[in-house]
Amino acid sequence: MSILSASAVEVTYPGSGRPIRAVAGVDLAVEPGEVLGLVGESGCGKSSLARALVGLIAPSAGTVVFDGAPVEVLRRRARPTAQRKLQMVFQDPYSSLNARRRVGDQIADALRLSGGGGRRPVAGAIGALLERVGLDPAVQDRYPHEFSGGQRQRIAVARALAADPTVIVADEPISALDASAQAQVANLLVGLARADGVAVVFISHDLAIVRQVADRTAVMYLGTVVEVGPTATLWEHPQHPYTRALIDAVPTPDGSGRLPADLPGDVPDPAAPPPGCRFHPRCPLVTPDCATWEPVLRVQEPGHAAACILAPDRAGAFS
Amino acid sequence: MSEPLLQIEGLRVRLASRSGAMLPAVDGVDLTVHAGEVLGVAGESGSGKTMTALATLGLLPHGARTEGSVTLAGRELLGLSEKQLRSVRGREVAMVAQDPRTALHPMLSIERQLTEHLRHHHGIGKRAARDEAADLLDQVRIPDPKAALGRYPHEFSGGMRQRIAIASALAARPSLLIADEPTTALDVTVQAGILRLLDRLRRERGLAVLIITHDLGVLSSIADRLVVMYAGRVVETGTTADVLGSARHPYTHGLLDALPEGGSAAMRPIPGSPPALGAVPTGCPFHPRCASAQDGCATEVPALLQIGPGRRSACPVDPYAPAPQEVLA
Repeated sequence: MSILSASAVEVTYPGSGRPIRAVAGVDLAVEPGEVLGLVGESGCGKSSLARALVGLIAPSAGTVVFDGAPVEVLRRRARPTAQRKLQMVFQDPYSSLNARRRVGDQIADALRLSGGGGRRPVAGAIGALLERVGLDPAVQDRYPHEFSGGQRQRIAVARALAADPTVIVADEPISALDASAQAQVANLLVGLARADGVAVVFISHDLAIVRQVADRTAVMYLGTVVEVGPTATLWEHPQHPYTRALIDAVPTPDGSGRLPADLPGDVPDPAAPPPGCRFHPRCPLVTPDCATWEPVLRVQEPGHAAACILAPDRAGAFS
Repeated sequence: MSEPLLQIEGLRVRLASRSGAMLPAVDGVDLTVHAGEVLGVAGESGSGKTMTALATLGLLPHGARTEGSVTLAGRELLGLSEKQLRSVRGREVAMVAQDPRTALHPMLSIERQLTEHLRHHHGIGKRAARDEAADLLDQVRIPDPKAALGRYPHEFSGGMRQRIAIASALAARPSLLIADEPTTALDVTVQAGILRLLDRLRRERGLAVLIITHDLGVLSSIADRLVVMYAGRVVETGTTADVLGSARHPYTHGLLDALPEGGSAAMRPIPGSPPALGAVPTGCPFHPRCASAQDGCATEVPALLQIGPGRRSACPVDPYAPAPQEVLA
């Protein structure tokens, strides 16, 4: 059974005119020990979806279920006990850690809140968490500014691990880091899935990393999932023109001098999405029907679905 | 080959620490960029790549000291007065920085920010400047460029602001563009558009580009030559195809190994972190993180040696030198 699932989730923000539907009906589930990649351009709603998944914002429609129970929206109080094993890691390790407290104390807080360390968690428990993220237990007396960005992000992961999570939702966890630190943090999160059975939702605009770490990948465009499937299949045989465009825009570090392919246009204003298929104004394969007919996710093969009017006819044509 | 447009020789930059000590941030960098050429500078944070760019523009933080030589079209830039530098920056060299929030003036309209250079430095009339600005916005793919001219930075998304910042840098019709992580904060789709724009400008206008980024994919697609920096020094340089295709320095290898390859092989990060300013290890600065380090590496500062035509590497161990039979093949 899925450890975390979203059904028909919508997230709406009040706009100056029309309300903005940042997430416009998403179904998604993640299994224990699985890394689910979530990709898409800025404004596609992936961060809003992430926040709805962990209860940081209330969906305006639909439900999120964690470990068999609906996710409660967090108010000013502590995370409900039933949701403590649902944790989030944020993009910016500079602002997600308290600059004025020793990192050991911050991890101790998390241990205390999760009820895992008694009233005064022992240094050994804190040290063990730091070791799990590849840091020296002796650094717990230091302050965040004494660490590099990559080390800070690992401290943020250690703090999330204090709750012994079954799900970690990581929103752009590596985009603020250098390449080598990116690999360290990405490997760390994948290791948690492989070794400890943690389900990881890995949100990133860096498709090359997602290709490397995710078992399955979901592609979002303007609030909806347009394609989801096993990562290798999705990369080799993308069924949605948007997925193909994203993949072709990734530059490869092979020294070939090949320029990445361009996808003209911008993600439209989510307050006024185009009629029909939301991608049709930018789609290189647009048909006259695309402006009127809104495609839904249709299964192409087991576990691989795409929302494109052309997808069934084109199955295999992309190889 | 013609004279380089930008020539940096023996550049050293020292920054003042809080305690007043002078810490080396750039430690003897040589590089050249020719007209129409894209030179990529790679390396992790703290490698001195941004400081090299700022020194070129005379934009170093207060109290910084520079030594060496930076010439642009034969003219020495180090030691110019602030007034002289301002004229160089407006006319000949433009810079695009990573953060689109700070590159534009929040209180000035896009038109004002894009036409000021043209009118001030090139004496172009209002209407012509406006047309050229709208054309630039169109080239960086801002929708409805004419209307965009009348708007203000806050009315645009981060990605659009960065594209406007690039248009604003190009509006001065510079001969050299220095771009420091220009696309790092952008989506791959927008990044692809900007890389194509820069490539077109260098081919059509002979724009020289010094692009600084840790993203080897970006450099692979646009740079003719690469300079790999570590702890303020150049550790490897050569054509992009050579450096990425057959890297010779262990640090360059480490950067490539840390990248996702698309297969199932795990990314292999370089152990440890780059040294902090003022805490650069003795000998080869990379030796504490290097799998190929030998005894001498901790004491001898390696020279940047010629290893092939247009190729240099600063590693006496040279563990990735091609085997003799490969040379024959």
